[in-house]
Amino acid sequence: MNPLLHASFTKKFAGGPVVQADDLEIAATGVTVLFGPSGSGKTTMLRSLAGLEIPDTGEIRFGSETWFAAGKNLVPPRDRQLGFVPQDYALFPHLTVAANIAYGLPGRPARKKAARVAELCGWLGLDGLDRRLPSELSGGQQQRVALARAVARQPRLLLLDEPLTALDAPARQRLRGELRRLLRQLGIPTVVVTHDRLEALALGDELVVLDEGRIVQRGPVQEVFGRPASRTIAGIVAVETVQPGHVLALENGLATVRVGTARLTAVAGDLPPGTTDVFVCIRAEDVILSGDPGAHASPRNRLAAVVRALIKEGPVTRIELDCGFPLTAVLTRQACAELELAEGSPVLALVKAPQIHLVPRTN
Amino acid sequence: MTGDDWQLVAFSARMAVCSTLLILPVGLALAWLLARRQWPGKAFVETFVSLPLVLPPVVTGLVLLQLFGLHGPLGRWLYARFGLEVVFTWKAVVLALGAMSFPLLVLFARTAVEDVNPALEQMARTLGAGEWRVLWTITLPLARRGILAGVLLAFARALGEFGATIMVAGNIPGRTTTLPVAIYSSVLNGDDTHAWILAGISTAIAFGALWIGERFLRRRK
Repeated sequence: MNPLLHASFTKKFAGGPVVQADDLEIAATGVTVLFGPSGSGKTTMLRSLAGLEIPDTGEIRFGSETWFAAGKNLVPPRDRQLGFVPQDYALFPHLTVAANIAYGLPGRPARKKAARVAELCGWLGLDGLDRRLPSELSGGQQQRVALARAVARQPRLLLLDEPLTALDAPARQRLRGELRRLLRQLGIPTVVVTHDRLEALALGDELVVLDEGRIVQRGPVQEVFGRPASRTIAGIVAVETVQPGHVLALENGLATVRVGTARLTAVAGDLPPGTTDVFVCIRAEDVILSGDPGAHASPRNRLAAVVRALIKEGPVTRIELDCGFPLTAVLTRQACAELELAEGSPVLALVKAPQIHLVPRTN
Repeated sequence: MTGDDWQLVAFSARMAVCSTLLILPVGLALAWLLARRQWPGKAFVETFVSLPLVLPPVVTGLVLLQLFGLHGPLGRWLYARFGLEVVFTWKAVVLALGAMSFPLLVLFARTAVEDVNPALEQMARTLGAGEWRVLWTITLPLARRGILAGVLLAFARALGEFGATIMVAGNIPGRTTTLPVAIYSSVLNGDDTHAWILAGISTAIAFGALWIGERFLRRRK
């Protein structure tokens, strides 16, 4: 399938790294996440797509349109018909919520504008706030107004820069799952920039990993997290096992989750009630391996596993396991030798309930 | 106060209002260009516009007199083309007041425009707004307090202008005499009481303009 947007460009800032987008492709459906540490060039790439930064060289094509080529913005930002939500939301401080949302709808009859604003307010839970000024709103409300303003005129592409970073931690956790649901309902192809792996996991379908201005890996979210192409990328994503799971029960702050054919117990934390679909995330260093099935151990999760592969990485060995779902562990070479691990050997994988992270994933 | 005094006050106020309205569009356009655009010669224009702030006002007046006098390049052209005589008429008063208050307006309006977060203007562009709509709906409304303060200060400056006015418009009672000029000639004629009355009126008007301007600036914070 052809991508909706194809971009190859470079942009150099004085004193910064060269940002180099090689064949950056945005799919015509779903959410593409540009993920990387701060300073990796993700915001520059996003702003270049919006036309707010002018790259030095290269080309940006959207469908049959050429937005940028030969050092020139051929289509200025106002004609790109996209929705942009910057990190600080950039709400117009002198306009009410309703006027902010309606800003992208000039020239339409007042009645139609009001209807569209009311529709968006209802959908985003902003009812009754339409006459307030942005300064009279909470961070979460501001974020939703910015989203409403960006989507009011049905843009062809939605760009979100660190959509949750400006919020305090509790609001961030609550809105992570919420935002995914909203984006899926909208059905507008979306690019999200984030440095937060939980945000990337919660929101993304496709993942583009950036490091020092370059694209270092891309692919479906789960695949990139599960199979980082290099140790640097493994360090950036830092969660080796990401598997879709189904919440069977939520009790006393503990969740029972079915993953593949296995059942896991995890600390539910801030999982919103009623969540069914999740990503189950386990870091390789949190997986303990034991050769003795009879030994007493405290971890809640004791999984009978079979070793599928052993990959030596310097002083440590990555172990790909099958325990009803693919699970990655990492051990020192000595530990590996003591357990006499080899491909096909059975082993017991232990994971403590608090070390299993559940990321809500509406489908 | 006599009827002549009231006429003098009304005339001075009218001249100050006219000159402020005259320089407003040009001043705003220049302020925006200085705040938001890079262009060749910008530094020169910036300095040139501020000159009347630091030059002796009579020098500014002298330059205007040379330019707009019947033998000056602009004066000759205006006369030949439109039959307009400028020097020693009320038009020269407006010209002198405008020239002297222009830098204040530009200075304030420029700072006000620079204080508007460019990210908001960019945001408006991504929402489909063209440059005029960005200016009218984002930049000007957000800069309005600073611009208003600049307008009021320019008006107050115009009310108090003396040196340039007397050079280019002279002192023709009932035709070009403004408050400050009248105060000066009252003192020359030994009529101190009259001078003090006019000085009191000047102070009251200037105080009012500054007070309102200050309130506009304060409300921004």
